[in-house]
Amino acid sequence: MSTTTESVVSTEKRRVLFSRPKSLSDVVTHYCPGCTHGIVHRLVAEVIDQLDIEGKTIGVCPVGCSVLAHNYFNFDMAQAAHGRAPAVATGLKRSLPDSVVFTYQGDGDLASIGMAETVHAALRGEKITVIFINNAIYGMTGGQMAPTSLPGQVTQTSPYGRDIEAAGYPVKVCELLSGLEGVALAQRVTVDTPNHVRAARRAIKKAFDYQIEGLGYSIIEVISTCPTNWGLSADASMKWLRENMLPYYPLGVFKDIKAGAAAAGAAAAAGDANTAGDAGDE
Amino acid sequence: MAEKVLMKGNEALAEAAIRAGCKTFFGYPITPQTELAAYMAKALPPIGGTYLQAESEVAAINMVYGASAAGVRVMTSSSSPGVSLKQEGISYLIGADLPALIINIQRGGPGLGGIQPSQADYWQATKATGHGDGQIIVLAPSTVQEMTDLVALAFDLGDKYRTPVMILADGLLGQMMEPVELPETDGVELPEKPWALTGHGNSREKNMANSMHLDPQELEDSILERYERYLVIKQDEQLAESYLTEDADITLVAYGAAARVARSAVNKVRAEGISAGLIRPISLWPFSVDVIEQQVPISSDFLSVEFSMGQMVDDLRLVVDGRKRVHFYGHTGGIVPTPDEIADVIRRIAAGEKVNQVAFRSY
Ligand SMILES: Cc1ncc(C[n+]2csc(CCOP(=O)(O)OP(=O)(O)O)c2C)c(N)n1
Ligand code: SF4
Ligand SMILES: [Mg+2]
Repeated sequence: MSTTTESVVSTEKRRVLFSRPKSLSDVVTHYCPGCTHGIVHRLVAEVIDQLDIEGKTIGVCPVGCSVLAHNYFNFDMAQAAHGRAPAVATGLKRSLPDSVVFTYQGDGDLASIGMAETVHAALRGEKITVIFINNAIYGMTGGQMAPTSLPGQVTQTSPYGRDIEAAGYPVKVCELLSGLEGVALAQRVTVDTPNHVRAARRAIKKAFDYQIEGLGYSIIEVISTCPTNWGLSADASMKWLRENMLPYYPLGVFKDIKAGAAAAGAAAAAGDANTAGDAGDE
Repeated sequence: MAEKVLMKGNEALAEAAIRAGCKTFFGYPITPQTELAAYMAKALPPIGGTYLQAESEVAAINMVYGASAAGVRVMTSSSSPGVSLKQEGISYLIGADLPALIINIQRGGPGLGGIQPSQADYWQATKATGHGDGQIIVLAPSTVQEMTDLVALAFDLGDKYRTPVMILADGLLGQMMEPVELPETDGVELPEKPWALTGHGNSREKNMANSMHLDPQELEDSILERYERYLVIKQDEQLAESYLTEDADITLVAYGAAARVARSAVNKVRAEGISAGLIRPISLWPFSVDVIEQQVPISSDFLSVEFSMGQMVDDLRLVVDGRKRVHFYGHTGGIVPTPDEIADVIRRIAAGEKVNQVAFRSY
C-alpha cells in the first residue's frame, strides 16, 4: 500500500500548479452552479495577490447576489446599501488615499438604484475600481427585469418579454460612462471561455493599476450568467450569453485614457477586443 | 479663558466640529443649514481636510458611512427634507455600529414645507431615523454656545457607544448670532478604532463593516448586544436643565429654541405669582426621563411647548403616565410662538381652564 502511494505521488516531484488565491477566504460560497460570480471573485483575488496589495485593499460589496462577498474576500470589506457602493467607496478612499478601494456591483445595484452614485463617482474621477457584474437580471431577488435585461427578455416582471415601449431600453454602462471626463478606463469583458477569462483578468489588473497610478475611475463590466434565473443549465447559459448578450453588449475597451479616445473607439469597433491586446503581464 | 466671538449658530457649530478633530464633511446644499456647509467648504481644504459636495443627501450619508468605516471623525449636515433622504444611510450606520455626526437644522414640513424654524422632526429623530430596531443619540442645543459645546460631546458619545449621533437644532438657532466661547484648538485626542477598515496590512484579521445577518438568531443577537449599549446610554447619558422647578405647580417642558420662549413665559407668570418652572431636555434620546420623574410629585400640570403639532409631548405623557395632567401648546410651519402667548396658556392652566383652539390641546 505504502509503496504504491510513493510510486504514484512522490512528494519531491509535487509542484503546486493551482491553489486558492491568498485573497480568497477558505469558505464555501453560496453561488449557484454555473454562476460566473465565482469566476470573477477569483480573478479579483488573483489580481490583488499579484499586486501584493491585500494589506491595503478595502472592498465594498453591494446588495445583490454578491452581498456576502465580504465573507469571501480576505481583506477589509464594507457592505453597502443597495446602489450606494460608489458613495461608500468615495468616503473610504477620500479618508485613506493610499489604500486601494474597489466596489463589486450587479446591474440592478450599479445601473438602476445606484445610477446617480455611479455617474457622479465617475464624474468626480474617484480613484476607485468598479467590478460590474452584468447578468441582465436581478439574481438575488429571484429574477426580475434589470436595467440591462435585453429587449424581449422574459423575466418574472417582464413576463411577456421586455417591451421597450413600456420599459425603455437596456443601459450600456461602458458606453454611457466612456463619455465622462473622470473615467480612466471603461472596458467590457466576459468569462465564457478560458481565453476570455484570461483577458478579463488582464482587464481587472489594468483597472487596479490605473487606480494605483491615480488616473481616475476605472470600471470593468463583466458580461455574466445567472443560470438559475435564466432557467438554463450552466452550459446553455454560456450559449445564451454568447448569442444574446454579446451582440447587444459588445466586448471592448470603451475608454482608456492611456490609449486615447480614438484608439479606444477603434478597439471597440473591432469587436472582440476582449481577446486582443494587453498581453504580457502574466 | 478664550474670548467670546459673535457667530452664527451654524458657523459656530462647524468651527467647533473642526476643533473637535473632525476634518471630513460630506453634504448637499439646503436651507437653513447653508452656512454650516459653506464654512466647512472654506475651512477644511486649507487644513488638509475633506469637504465634498455630494450629488444628493443619499450619497452624502453613504460617503459618511465609508469615511466612518475608515475610522475618521466625520459629519454631515442637512435640514428636514434632506434628513429624510439620509434615513436609509443612518439605518445602515446603526446596523454596522458606525459613529457619525448628523446635523439637522430643522425647517417646517411635511414635503417641501417651508424654510422657517421648526421642531417637526422630533419623531423622525427619536423614533424613526431609519428602518429596523435601533436608535441614535439626539442632542438639542438651545443657544449658539450650546451648538458649539454639544459637538465634541456628540462625537465622543458616538465613538464611545459606536452609534450615529444627531444634533437636532432649527433654523432659528442656526441663523441667529450670539457671543460664543469656542473650545480650545489643541489637544484633541481621538480614540483608537481597532475595528476600522484601514487595510489589514497583513498584521491582523480582516475587518468588516456590515449590517447584514441572514441568520435570524445572529441578527437578534447583534441587536440585543446593541440594546445593551442603549441601556447604558439611557442610564448614563440623560442631559437636561431645570429652571425654577423646585416649587413649580406647572412645569413646562421644552427643548431647543422653544425652550427660550418657554423660559421667558415662565419669568412672566412668576412675576404674577404663578409658580411655573421649566425642564429643558438637552438629550432627546435618551429622553430626560429621570428629571421629569422627579418632578411628577411636585407639579400638578405639565405643559409641552414645541414648534410642531405635538411630538415630544408623547414622551412626556409616557413618563407622567396619567398621574398628572399633561398639556401641549405649539405652533408649526415655521411660526414661533411668543412668550406672551405661552404665558397666557400657563394662566389658563393655572385657572384650571380647558382651552380648545387650533394650536392648543389639553389632555
Ligand atoms: C433599497 C432596496 N431596494 C430593494 C432591495 C431588494 N434587492 C435586493 S438585491 C436586488 C437586485 C440585485 O440585482 P443585481 O444588482 O443585478 O445583482 P445580482 O443579484 O443579479 O448579482 C434587489 C432589488 C434592497 N435590498 N434594498
Ligand atoms: S441567482 Fe443567479 S446571479 Fe445569483 S448566485 Fe445564482 S446564478 Fe448567480
Ligand atoms: Mg444582476
